[in-house]
Order: sequence, then structure tokens, then C-alpha cells
Amino acid sequence: MTPNLHLWLIPILPLIGAAINGLFGKRFSRQAVAAVALGFCGAAFAMALWIAAQFSSLALPHIEVLTSWLNSGPFSVDYSFSLDQLSLVMLLIVTGVGFLIHIYSVGYMWEEGGYYRFFSYLNLFMFFMLTLVLASNYLLMFVGWEGVGLASYLLIGFFFQRDSAAAAGKKAFIVNRIGDFGFLIALFLMIKHFGTLDFQKVFDAVKPYSPETAGVGFLTAIALLLLLGACGKSAQIPLYVWLPDAMEGPTPVSALIHAATMVTAGVYMIARSHVIFERAPSALMVVAIIGTLTAFFAATIGVAQTDIKKVLAYSTISQLGYMFLACGVAAFSAGIFHLMTHAFFKGLLFLAAGSVIHGIGGEQDMRKMGGLWRKIPWTWATMLIATFAIAGIPPFAGFFSKDEILWRAYQVSWIYWLVGLVTAFLTSFYMFRLMYMTFAGEYRGAAGASHGHEEHAGHGTHLGRDEAAPASHGHGHGGIHESPAIMLVPLVILAVLSLVGGWVGVPGSLGGGNHFDKFLGPVFRSSTPALNTEHVQPGEAAPPEQTTEGTEPKTGHSTEIMFTGISVAAGLLGLFLAWLLYGRRTDLPDRIAASIHGLYSAVAHKYWIDELYAWLFVRPLIAISGIVFWRGIDQGVIDAALNGSADGARELSDEVRHMQSGNLRSYAGWIAVGAAAMIAYMVWMGLRTQ
Amino acid sequence: MVPLSFYLVLSGILFACGVVGFLIKRNIITIFMSIELMLNGVNLSFVAFAARWQQLSGQVFVFFVMVVAAAEAAVGLAIIIALFRTRETLNIDQVNLLKL
Repeated sequence: MTPNLHLWLIPILPLIGAAINGLFGKRFSRQAVAAVALGFCGAAFAMALWIAAQFSSLALPHIEVLTSWLNSGPFSVDYSFSLDQLSLVMLLIVTGVGFLIHIYSVGYMWEEGGYYRFFSYLNLFMFFMLTLVLASNYLLMFVGWEGVGLASYLLIGFFFQRDSAAAAGKKAFIVNRIGDFGFLIALFLMIKHFGTLDFQKVFDAVKPYSPETAGVGFLTAIALLLLLGACGKSAQIPLYVWLPDAMEGPTPVSALIHAATMVTAGVYMIARSHVIFERAPSALMVVAIIGTLTAFFAATIGVAQTDIKKVLAYSTISQLGYMFLACGVAAFSAGIFHLMTHAFFKGLLFLAAGSVIHGIGGEQDMRKMGGLWRKIPWTWATMLIATFAIAGIPPFAGFFSKDEILWRAYQVSWIYWLVGLVTAFLTSFYMFRLMYMTFAGEYRGAAGASHGHEEHAGHGTHLGRDEAAPASHGHGHGGIHESPAIMLVPLVILAVLSLVGGWVGVPGSLGGGNHFDKFLGPVFRSSTPALNTEHVQPGEAAPPEQTTEGTEPKTGHSTEIMFTGISVAAGLLGLFLAWLLYGRRTDLPDRIAASIHGLYSAVAHKYWIDELYAWLFVRPLIAISGIVFWRGIDQGVIDAALNGSADGARELSDEVRHMQSGNLRSYAGWIAVGAAAMIAYMVWMGLRTQ
Repeated sequence: MVPLSFYLVLSGILFACGVVGFLIKRNIITIFMSIELMLNGVNLSFVAFAARWQQLSGQVFVFFVMVVAAAEAAVGLAIIIALFRTRETLNIDQVNLLKL
């Protein structure tokens, strides 16, 4: 008898917090709002830890059915939650990083308006995200999936007075709809073919199928549609455009939703559906190609951005591309590993960037920063650790996960590896470029001692920080200042995690046991198809162990170490180049940009993808909506039918009204005519029946 | 023996005369008399059928109709007198206060 863990409590706790803050928070003091939000989020985290402590004694996967939800003939869906290694990892990431970001937000949002609203949304997000990772069927997962989209929309548009924030929220929501459409169709296909949406039942139904190597069948269709959903949520080509704009939200939101948790839901979903993907090799190849392209593409854009958060946004897209690449080469546990380390270091990067923005009074343009490391040493130190982690410098966390992905990618195709390697170099370059521009050299901002308000203008809601600062807030706002302790503590904790987080997955070639891979092994290995040699895309001579998660590749450790060395060298080369261009010869970047003006301009303008989409989709859609749907169907058919019937009724009654003249004899006449007609009818009937 | 159809035709003629008189006449007393004519046209067919089928109910109905007609004449003539006293006219077209 497995113990009842009351898994449903974990999502419900933040929901209660969201409800309390959302309904009554307006009358609460800020301290009370923060206490409610942190209390319920912390309770969820504590419960996750409690479950993790008991984890080894559970029979996996541990499924708890709360109650029945839908019953329609043979098809039924339950409110049921499941726990296995994969969802435990996600659970700990979401609650742990989420809790840290909640703490950070208490300090970061202290002087913003709508404090209770912010924490209500944040807790609501936690509820949906936990529903997503704990769901034991696709429909409940879809509920969480849509819910995090809603929370994301609400939080991106948190500063709704700004047009750009409201527009960014809408953009994120609409672009996500495209992906959700794919997800939903995939669910319909599953209902049609398997008659169930329960993970276990679907996977059991899929397992007898052999991989669709010869052609494409319905498994490939389901996998591709799921991939479309994942592309929307995880900001992959072609649906990545919403994520950079999502930076309009408050920075803790960017850290929590648009870096650490929500955007990784797509990766989680693909990893969760690995049974389906493994039987659809062409879909898996599409996953890998999309991941590789996105990783490279976004990294190149990141090189030329000047907004500190935009750099991190493109970096997030790029890192998500790595995770997709990992899933695409069937190295699911490597993808989840990178997901975890990425949650640590990218969450930290965003929080540190928020600390920088907070410290210099709302400026986000890196060209107006510089020399900050002396002023805000804690922020600088923690951000440096995160930068080393993302750049893949050992022994920081990102090194192990990224290296694992590159190694596994190489075993499928050297092209993936090469593009991934170049991306690693670019990642290192733009991250150290960010560090040099922000922290090194001389301060280039105008604010300084005056902490001038004119520079806040573009960042409206930071206005009035100074006046509003209560005395209890402690630190002076005289100039560039370090953030309060409540913001620094999460930074330090995440910095420690960014340092040691990768050590759980040290590969065998470096003398480790690859514990993370082995831990997730049961989830991914249990479904390995029998024909795993045919499981790769045609034409690629891949070793058979490529699909067997958790086993050490037999290629030999020396080769692997060589590849590790190459990727570390790529990271160091990026560091060196960034140092050269932005640390030593600061005049060079402008000259280089001028000499390759066309390319630079394309990159700086994000390859005009937004403009292309606007021209290809948005404007035709608005035009069609205006002409066909609004004037044509809405006004021409629906309104016209209603107005037409009303007009017709009025005209008809206008005619008929003359019959009621009030003239007694005309009434009598009508009666006589009617009577005569009836008599004539009866006579005629009588004659006919004779 | 006079056939039934003769009575019925006469009854129809009487009724039609009543209807036409009701519709075309303007004098309210004439209209009143037209109504009586219609009632009596109906009475005639009642007694004709009663005689034809040897049943008393037709005769009884005629008595009822005559009672109603007498009551109607009493009330109706009283209304006409009251009308004439207030409006000083018997022309139905000028009695149109309730008309829109």
C-alpha cells in the first residue's frame, strides 16, 4: 500500500494564496501580502521537499486519483496527479526556484503599484505550473499549460498603463494560441486512436508500435502537433517572437516564467511524451533541427542586443534550443538536466539583471552602464558565476549539462554538434560582452549621484521609487546602490546552485557517476523500442546506445574528453573575444559593426523577423478581419440578418395595422368575409366527400 | 309539404339581408333592426330543422334566442337613447370617440 501523499495539495496551496491576495489583498499591508504569498509558496516548496525525502520508498510512478472529471461513454478523464522521477525534478525546480523568486520579488516590487496583484498572479502561476508538471493525463496538463499562458499574459502586461507592455502580453498570448492549437489537435488524435489521455494508458497503447521509419503515420502526426505546442510555449522557431517582447514584464517574472519554469514546459512535455516521439523518428529529427536552428539563430541575435534583458531573452531562446536538440537526439535526460541547470543560472542571471536595473534606477540599456562591479559587488559576483555557468566553463553547472547535450548530439550527427559548438561560443561571447558592458570600464550613465528621473521615463513604473521609499526600506537612494538583502539572498542561493548544480550529472568520462542520468533512467529507459537501431533518421549511422538512456556510451572516454575540451575551448574563446572587444579595445566593436554594416544591421534588427511576421501574417489577418469578418460577416450577415428581420417585422406591422381601423363596420365586414369563407370551405368539402 | 331547402334559402336570404344592412347602413336604429333580422333568419332555420327532424330542442333554442333578442332590444334601445341625448345624432360614423 503506497502512502497517500496528497499531491493535489501542492498546486492548491499557491492557488489559496492567489485567491487570498487577489480577493482581499487590496486592503492588506505590503508585509501581509508578502507573508501570504511567501507562506503558501513556501508551503508548496516544503511539501515538495517532504515528498522528495520519501521518494525512495515510493512505488513509481506514484499516481493519485483525486476524483473523476469527465465521463463520456468509454472516454473518461480523472483529476489525477502522478509522481515519478521526471515530475519530481520539475516539482523541485518549480517550487524551489519559484520560492526564491518570490522572496526576491518582495524586495524588487516593494515600491511598485499593484503589489497584491503581482503576488496574486505569481501564486496563480505557481498553481498552474504545478498542475502542469504533476498532471497524470494530457488534459489536466493542458489545463496547466493554458493556465501558465494566462498567468504569463497577466504578468507580462502587469504594467498595463504602458502600451508596449499590454501589446507584448497580447502578442505572447496570441502566439501561444498557435502552439496550443497544435497541442489540442494532438490530444484529439490521441482520443481518436487510443481513447484515453492518461499518460500510462496512452504510452501502453503506443508501446506495441514499432518506429515509423518507413513513412509517416499518425504517431508522427501526433508528435509533430505536440512539437508545435512545445514550440509555442518554449519559444522555438517559428514561434519564438513573443519571448523577447515578454521582457516588458517585471524582471522577477522574466526570471520565473520566461527563463526558469514556464518556457521549459515544452521541453518537459516532449520528454514526458518521449514514448511517442521515439516511435516517430522523423518528428524527432524535426525537434532536433528546430532546436539546433533556434539555438544558433537566437544566439546570433543576442550578440547585437543592447538591452540587458533582451540579451538574456535571446539567450533563453538559445538555451531552450539546446534542450530541444537534446530531446531531438533522444537524450531526454540530458535535456532535463540542462533544463534544471538553466533554471538555476538563467533565473540567477535575470534576477541579477533585475538587481542591476534596480540599482541604477530603471535603466536597461547596457550602453549606459559600466563600471558597476565596485558599486554592486554582490550582484556582480553572483552574475559572474551564472555567466560562467551558461558559458560552459567547468566546474559550473552549465558546463556539464551543455557538454552532455553536445556529446549526445555528436553521436547522432556531427552537424548538430558543430552548430551547437558555434552556439556555445556565441553564448559565451554575448554573455561576457554583457558582463563587460555592464560591470567593467567606466560608468556611462547620466544618473550618478542625482539618480535622475529623466532616465526613468522609458521605464515608467520605476518612477517615484525615490519619493515612495519608506524609511524602513533602509538603504539610501542617493545613487547607484546595492540591492537590499532580501534580493541578494536568493541571488546567493542560486549562485551556489549554479556552481554545484551540475555536479549531480558529472559524466563517467570525468570520473563522475552521472547520477542525474541514472536517476531519470527509469522514466526514459522503460520505453525504449525494440528496434532502436532503426530509430535514428535514415542515413545517419548512429550507435545503437543512442536511445538507451542512462547507459554510458561505449565510444570510449578519451573521445568524450576531447569533445569536452573542444567545447570548453569554445567557451573560453568567447570569453577572450568579449574581453578583447569590450574590455580592452572598446573602440573595435563599432568599427567592426561599421565594416560589416549589412550583417550587423540584420542581426541588430533581429533579422527583421517581427517585421516579416507583421507583413506576412499580422497585416493580412487584420485586413481580412476588417474586410471579411467585420464588414463582411459580422456587419453583412449577422448584423444584417438581425436588422433585416427587425425592419421586415416593422414594415409588415405597418401594413397590417391598417386593418385595426376602429371602424365597427369594417370589423363586421371582416367577420362576414371570414364567415363566408368558412361556409364556402365547408360546402366545398361537403360536395367533395359526397 | 314544403321542402326543407325552401326554409333554409329563405333563412339565408334573411340573414344576408341582415348582414348587408348592418354593413352599409349608418343609422344606428337600422343597424339594430338588421341584427334582429339576422337573429330571426337563424331562428327560421332552427324551427325548420326542428320540424324536419321532429325534435324539440330547436324550438327551445328559438325561445332562448327570442329572450336574448328582447333583452338586447331593451338594453340596446336604452343605450341608443342615452347616446342620442349626449351626441344628438344617430349616425354611427360620428360616434367614434374610441377610435384611434
